[in-house]
Amino acid sequence: MRYLPLLDEDRAHMLKTIGVDSVDDLFTDIPKCARLENGLDKLPEHASEPCVEQHFSELAAKNINAGSVPFFCGAGAYRHHIPASVDHLIQRSEFLTAYTPYQPEIAQGTLQTLFEFQTQVAQITGMGIANASMYDGSTACAEAVLMAARITRRSKCILAPNLHPHYAQTTRTLTHTLGIGIEQAATAIGADTDVMQQIDDETACIVVQSPNVFGEVIDLRALADAAHAKGALLIAVNTEIVSLGLLKSPGEMGADIVAAEGQSIGNSLNFGGPYVGLLACRDDKKFIRQAPGRFAGQTLDAAGKRGFVLTLSTREQHIRREKATSNICTNSGLCTLAFTIHMALLGDVGFRHLAKLNHQKACDLADQLSAIDKVELLTPMFFNEFTLRLPKSAHEVVENLAKRGILAGVPASRLFGEGIMDDLLIVAATETNSDIQLSQFATALAEELS
Amino acid sequence: MSMNAKGRPTKPETSNISPQFGSALLQEEGLLHEVGHCDKTGVDMEKLSGRKSRLGDLERSEATGLVGLSEPEALRHYVRLSGRNYAIDLGLYPLGSCTMKHNPRLNEKLARIPGFADIHPLQPTSTVQGALQLMEELSHWLLEITGMQTVALSPKAGAHGEMCGMLSIREAILARGELEQRRRVLVPQSAHGTNPATAAACGFEIDEIPANAEGRVDWDVFCSRLGPDVAAIMLTNPNTCGLFEPDIRKIADLIHEHGGYFYCDGANLNAIMGKCRVNDLGVDAMHINLHKTFSTPHGGGGPGAGPTVLSSRLADFAPVPFVKTDKTGKLQLVEQLNDAPDSFGRMCAFHGQMGMFVRALAYMMSHGGDGLRQVSEDAVLNANYLLARIKNHLSPAFSGTCMHEALFDDEFLKGSGVTTLDFAKALIDEGYHPMTMYFPLVVHGALLIEPTETESLQSLDAFADTLCELANAAKSGDQERFTQAPVKAPLRRLDETRAARHPVLRFQENLQNT
Repeated sequence: MRYLPLLDEDRAHMLKTIGVDSVDDLFTDIPKCARLENGLDKLPEHASEPCVEQHFSELAAKNINAGSVPFFCGAGAYRHHIPASVDHLIQRSEFLTAYTPYQPEIAQGTLQTLFEFQTQVAQITGMGIANASMYDGSTACAEAVLMAARITRRSKCILAPNLHPHYAQTTRTLTHTLGIGIEQAATAIGADTDVMQQIDDETACIVVQSPNVFGEVIDLRALADAAHAKGALLIAVNTEIVSLGLLKSPGEMGADIVAAEGQSIGNSLNFGGPYVGLLACRDDKKFIRQAPGRFAGQTLDAAGKRGFVLTLSTREQHIRREKATSNICTNSGLCTLAFTIHMALLGDVGFRHLAKLNHQKACDLADQLSAIDKVELLTPMFFNEFTLRLPKSAHEVVENLAKRGILAGVPASRLFGEGIMDDLLIVAATETNSDIQLSQFATALAEELS
Repeated sequence: MSMNAKGRPTKPETSNISPQFGSALLQEEGLLHEVGHCDKTGVDMEKLSGRKSRLGDLERSEATGLVGLSEPEALRHYVRLSGRNYAIDLGLYPLGSCTMKHNPRLNEKLARIPGFADIHPLQPTSTVQGALQLMEELSHWLLEITGMQTVALSPKAGAHGEMCGMLSIREAILARGELEQRRRVLVPQSAHGTNPATAAACGFEIDEIPANAEGRVDWDVFCSRLGPDVAAIMLTNPNTCGLFEPDIRKIADLIHEHGGYFYCDGANLNAIMGKCRVNDLGVDAMHINLHKTFSTPHGGGGPGAGPTVLSSRLADFAPVPFVKTDKTGKLQLVEQLNDAPDSFGRMCAFHGQMGMFVRALAYMMSHGGDGLRQVSEDAVLNANYLLARIKNHLSPAFSGTCMHEALFDDEFLKGSGVTTLDFAKALIDEGYHPMTMYFPLVVHGALLIEPTETESLQSLDAFADTLCELANAAKSGDQERFTQAPVKAPLRRLDETRAARHPVLRFQENLQNT
């Protein structure tokens, strides 16, 4: 078997050294009634590399991949071009097959890139500091709420009505057990700033996504002021991090904590995971002490050389156990590396250009689609994603266009369930869409609706 | 160089951070923000049309502060940094309870097929039937290996899977109307830190159970802690002492008799595949670390994946989403909570770590049912061989054989002036990654060694020789070799206290020389 180096003669020699007759003598603590005498005989036997490859090729062929068609899906996951060198570098053995950098003397590669990652995340979000990643944006959002509750010692949390429903549900699931009371008004385009009216003296935080799930860009400044006036915190959520190349940063607009999905930079769509959660906050001791997850920090070695270590770990589960700020351990290591390398290749110049290009493509597409009879653009202020009202079921339109080889976006009903917003279609465009694809979509949609 | 009272330098030697200096194959490399430039980019894009934005005064007015690199500079920067990492491809990685085994490259190749890597989680399910079939196949293998009723695929790592299991338990207790009453979760002292942290995050109180002299759950104490207020026990099996809990079936029966549930931490599944199934041990919930047992790589700390298997007692409470077959035979995703009334909720956006599912299924198919059993047998054989080779030089914490990892205490270092930490750091100078140290907490100065099944006999012998030689050197008074170690790594020991006292968590021009 190609992954197992021991020969039968090795095994025999080893058993003799141990002083037992057979390998089963090493498993005698398993209760007799639970022993599997015949192993896993209902599963197929081991398979060669070409056999496995064949099977996976067959499975993959049953999927329509984004790059093979005009593609306009977003709603929390975005298709961007990833430079070839990113994937090459993250597959280097020294990055790919390393463990969590608990032994800093022989893990400076990982630790320094985490420090670079934290710097980049802090810079684009406009926040003081960032941690070394969470699982994804949705769990980062839930952790940010718990963090805000610990900082303010309050337990009420107000979610903006147009927070991505998966984020809202995740936050509810992961916080209600600790007595966090979640309030959220019914979703409605244009209603996010209404959360201001809900803030009171018991409010720990308000959670506002911009651009929100419909693509609307929200001015966070008044929301920040309203929250701060009551001693509450503003958690800014972002699911399309490329937008920060063109938008005022959440930090500049007064956010206290930023929870974001970093997939757009360096990471493929992957059918939803693995992605990389970003968590950034004010550079304030009170905040840092309550933050979840890992931090890489700078220090010196015994010879005075600069180096990096995982630090402030007295907040973490392996030290603090039940008193930890979070149970998170393994996070998104290799995805942060992909993010860091892609962002290093972009730089300020490339990142801002990428953002403008995305916005421009989306504006062009919105113009073409909203020119179609009975199609209405509901979100005039958007970055690279917007919502249309169609004269019929968006789900049906998407299914029909898929048959014609166009993946036309995400029907709102896919996220919110059937019945409330069946005629709404959420459409994203990125730099990967050619101008020809934009007009192909417009033509097909016009035909479908005529 | 200026020093503080403890003789530690207070400033870095500036020459050492310059990218100009280095030696042989190990070049020094500055930080991105020192080697990059704000006007540089390594990406060419389509020209902008000059179209005005729709964003009004919400448009960014300031630069981000990011720096860029051209492609050749980026390659050099990150390749140089990679050279400062230890990795399983470089050598044995004996971290106990971490299962650092070989990562097959076929799995990397398959995960990058556009049909898996380039599909969107919300595109119509009619266009991702292959992906849903893959999730079904993965589920089938995980359920065959464990004998359990159902599996929740969405948890994103081990600790997230623990949360999934404990939230399922919480929901089951809630459904019985006993949530007010059942507050206590029993957690053995030898548990991973994530176990008590998870139980606490789910709103439970932690009741710690000590280990007995043989490294197992203390039976009498366990019995005495049972009661109508107990929600569950969280037990790692094999435990973190590297031992199978022989009373596990009795523990399960007793906790069930008292109305509680049995959460099993699956971190050490690598020891028992094809030898027994956790369902037959009475387990109600267990997460499976795909990045450990099924070798989707650790990647320097993730991404992981923590699918969680559930018994028939908990299956109804599983989180959304999950895959089901509709009337026409097509695979569908159940994503809305309304369609899963008993579910405890949603754990994350979308459907879980697809990239890891591909790798894990490829790993399982490559090994087959026969190979997975061989994996566990070889993992246990390797650990016991290593234990046999070194037990007279180091001090095993318990007598007898072990499962897939062997635990030692620091008795063998007594009087040598060498600590467990020193001993582990000395291993670095010998070309090895240290073992897990000071964990589990049940023995003094713990050293926990897990070689995994992908080490050859020659590799184990070389490692055993090194450990014995180091143990003898410590005993013979060569203290400096240990207290000064490592001296051959890219850096000497790092000042962790300094890092925590004066946190520098991002690059800032004015903080680089303080």
